[in-house]
Formats: sequence, structure tokens, C-alpha cells
Amino acid sequence: MDLSAQQPTEAVTPASEAGQGHFFEVTGLRRTIGWQTILDGVDLNIRRGECMVILGRSGEGKSVLLKHLTGLMSPDEGSILVDGEEIVGVPERQLNKVRQKVGILFQDGALFDSFTVAENVAFPLTERGEKRREVLEERAREVLQMVELENHMDKMPVNISGGMRKRVALARAIITRPSCILYDEPTSGLDPIVSDSIDHLIIDMKHRFSITSVVVTHDMKSMFKIADRVAYLREGRIYFLGTPEELRHCPDPAVQNFIEGRSEATLREKEPKGPRTK
Amino acid sequence: MASLLAATGRGIFWLLEYLGQLTILLKEMGASMLFGRMRWRLLGEQVVNIGFGSQLVVVVTGAFTGAVFAAQTYFKFSSLGLGSGVGAVVSIAMCRELGPVLTGLMLSGRVGAAMAAEIGTMKVTEQIDALRSMGVHPVDYLVIPRVFAMFLSVPLLVAESIGFGLLASHWVAVYGFNVPAAWYDHHVLAHTALIDVSMGMIKGTVFGAIIVLISCHQGLNATNGAVGVGQGTTKAVVFSSLALLVVNFFLSLILNTLSPLGGYD
Repeated sequence: MDLSAQQPTEAVTPASEAGQGHFFEVTGLRRTIGWQTILDGVDLNIRRGECMVILGRSGEGKSVLLKHLTGLMSPDEGSILVDGEEIVGVPERQLNKVRQKVGILFQDGALFDSFTVAENVAFPLTERGEKRREVLEERAREVLQMVELENHMDKMPVNISGGMRKRVALARAIITRPSCILYDEPTSGLDPIVSDSIDHLIIDMKHRFSITSVVVTHDMKSMFKIADRVAYLREGRIYFLGTPEELRHCPDPAVQNFIEGRSEATLREKEPKGPRTK
Repeated sequence: MASLLAATGRGIFWLLEYLGQLTILLKEMGASMLFGRMRWRLLGEQVVNIGFGSQLVVVVTGAFTGAVFAAQTYFKFSSLGLGSGVGAVVSIAMCRELGPVLTGLMLSGRVGAAMAAEIGTMKVTEQIDALRSMGVHPVDYLVIPRVFAMFLSVPLLVAESIGFGLLASHWVAVYGFNVPAAWYDHHVLAHTALIDVSMGMIKGTVFGAIIVLISCHQGLNATNGAVGVGQGTTKAVVFSSLALLVVNFFLSLILNTLSPLGGYD
């Protein structure tokens, strides 16, 4: 467990696992958008093969952090090593090699409207030069089977549900067998059963292909199911870093309020009633 | 007074920033042409969309502009006894100005708006981030096929617009106002050189580049959801139309210096 407010993040990382054991090494990441400081010195290392869940309230910069991890956004300051390679300050065209190692599941799927499900899923292969129609179809079918959508290959994204779109997006993310997948709120807006199936897919990906997973979510149930470690982002920094069990037993009120979903209004209601004193 | 100066200053800063952003996009387009790979299927789709899809707009615009211009010119010229000279005026005007400018304006409305809206929607729904995350540069994938499709289509569309304009003006002058067909054709051919048509096609190519640059820039920089896409689309049409008219003036001066309007051959 780590409360960064009191001790540095590295304190929870065993020395033996530092360096080449990390898929992502984020140091001193700062990012301001407009007048608002979103990330204010984020330090976070993510180990190979682990499932790291990033928690935080809406607007705390979880998705911004996720986009920084694959160079979709550039920080004002700081360093990001992806599989040992620095990506900060690297021109867009030179990031392709790093990006081939990382798949992303976007919050709303980000499927291409003009393509069918199968074409969307096969798109990364097409862009890597695979032209044989039967190979593309076979590979698309293979990954769509993993997300149980092999019967929807010819549908357009607009004709499938939100949960299906996310599963198609997941199939697209894994078709190139990346070393890591970043998930941006994979279960938001889904019913509990679809959410559960997505959680199982994330766990399945991790176990079958030893994929490093970084999941941004608000869903505490999902987090306890899938996380190896949890980072709680608060006020632009990693406020807590530890295992789900450590999070559960963390005595910090801010952490507990987040886990329990207690708003300021609830806290005020629970305050002892009595005469107000100045 | 101070507020007027401040507003002017803000306007100048905005213009400089905007031109800077267009220059960066131009640089990216140059890099894409040098290092990116051409996606022939996308190019084909865009040629069909821009070239084939704009047929009705271009034909109607060219034909009715030629027709009305012939009619108005005839009304004035006939009172001076120069009714048979309508063809020369319409031909020069269509080739050098009306054909390329009106085609450009119609394309900025039809094609520019579609480009800004499509790319803008892709931007706000993270489809462009998805492209980038898969190692596909958005300029390579979205802008370059549109640029080449414009370069291929617009000169031909301009030529088509000029052709239909002349055909309609011939029809109006000959069948509407009884101008002898031989006289009309003689004046058209005597006063129109290949360079006049070429000038229109060169202008069309430049206008195509302006439309695709401004529209793709608006699309790639769209923010703020559906409202932002709507605003970006409006700006794409307004900015490209205005830029087209301003550039046309200077381009006319330059091209006229290179190839002045000749006398009667």
C-alpha cells in the first residue's frame, strides 16, 4: 500500500522488479489543459503482465493519463518509458513501433462508422499490409469468436448495442496480439451481465496471452475482480498505490469515501447534529 | 478606441495563429506525400465522391451561369448592335473567372462541408485517436487521399462547368435571341485560346487545394461534440469560400500577367 501524500510511490515497488520488469515507467508527468492542471507530477510504474486499475473521480485525468501512455497526448513535463523506450518528445511517425505493442479499448469503442464489424476488427492487419481476404476474414472470425460476436461480422457498428461495440473494439485491439491493452472505462454504461463478461474477457486476455492490462474505471466491483494493483488518482497525482485488498483496508478517509461512493452530501448527513459553533 | 485596438490585435493574433496551424498541416501533408503510403482504395472512393458526386451541382451551376450571363450580355450588347459578340464575352468570363470560381464555391459547400463534418465526427468520437493508436497517421489516411482526389477531380469539373456554360449560352443566344450560330461560334473560337481554359483549370486546382486544406484542418481540430462539428463545418465552408475569392483576385492578376487577354485574332 502506498499513500503518496505521505511516502513516494516507489516505496511499494520491490527493488528487484524495477527497471526491465516494467512495461510502463511514468515519471513526473505534468499536463495542463487550458488553465486547469490535470496531471501534477504522476509517478507510476506498471509491471509486465499485471492488471493495473486506475481509479479516480470523473475529471481527475484518468483518461488523459491513459492517452499519455501511448503518446496520443503529450505531457508538458515528465517522462514515459514504454517497454524501455522513451515516447515523450518523439515525433508522431516514430511512435508507430511502440504503438504496435499497445492496443487500446476506447470508452465508446471508437469503431469506424463506414466499416462493418469484420472490417473494423481486421483494420489493424490491413494497415500492416495483409491483403489476402481469406486471411483477414479468418483472423477477424477468430478474435470475434473470443468475444462471442462471430455471428455479427457483417453488421455495421450503428446496428449493434453499446456492449457489443465494446467487445468488437476489444477484438480489434487484440487482433495484432499486442503486449499490452489499455482499457478506458470498459464497463461504463453496460448492464451487470455484459460488464461481468467484459471483466472475464480482460482476465482471460491477461491469462491467455500474458498481456499487460491498464484499466481506467469507476466500477469498484469490476476493479476488485480484475486488478492486481490499483492506483488512485487524486488532484493530479497518484494518491494511493497498492493491491485491491490494501485499498479495501486503507484507513485514509478520501480513499474510503471513494470506495464507498460517499459524496459530500452523505458525509454532511452523517455529521453529528448539534448546535453550530463559530 | 482602446477596445477597438484590442479587438484588432486579437483578430491579427487569431489570423496569425490560424495561418500557423494551416502551415503545420501543410508540412504534415508534405511529409505524408514523401513518407506515407498511398491508399489507392481510399483515393478511388474520394474521386468517386468528389468527382462523380459533384456532377449535378457542377453541371447545373455551369449551365445556368452561362445561360444567364449570355442573356444579360445580349440585352446590353444588342442595343449597341453587338449581339453576335456575346459568345466572346461569355467564353472568356466562363473560362477565366466564372467557371473556376463558381465551381470552387459549390465544391466548398458540397465537398468541403462533408470533409469537415466527417473528419470532425471522427475526431470527437475518438476514431482519429483509434487510427493513431494503431500506428496510422491521420493525415496519411484521411487528408492525402482527399488532396489527390481533389487534384484529379477539380480541374475536370471546372472544364466541365465551362463546357456546359458555353453550351447553355450558345443555346440561349442562338435559339433564344436568334444570334446566327456561325457568328456566335466564330466569336467564341476566335477569342478563346487553350490558355484560357487552362487558366480556369489551374485556378480550379488551387481552389481544390484551399478547400481540402481548410476543411480537413477544421475537421482535425473539431472539439466539443456535435456542436463543435457543426461549428467546424460552417467555418470550413465560410473560410474556404472567402479564401477562394481572395486568392482568385491575386491569382487572376498573376495569371493575366503571364498570359494577358489577347485582342481579336
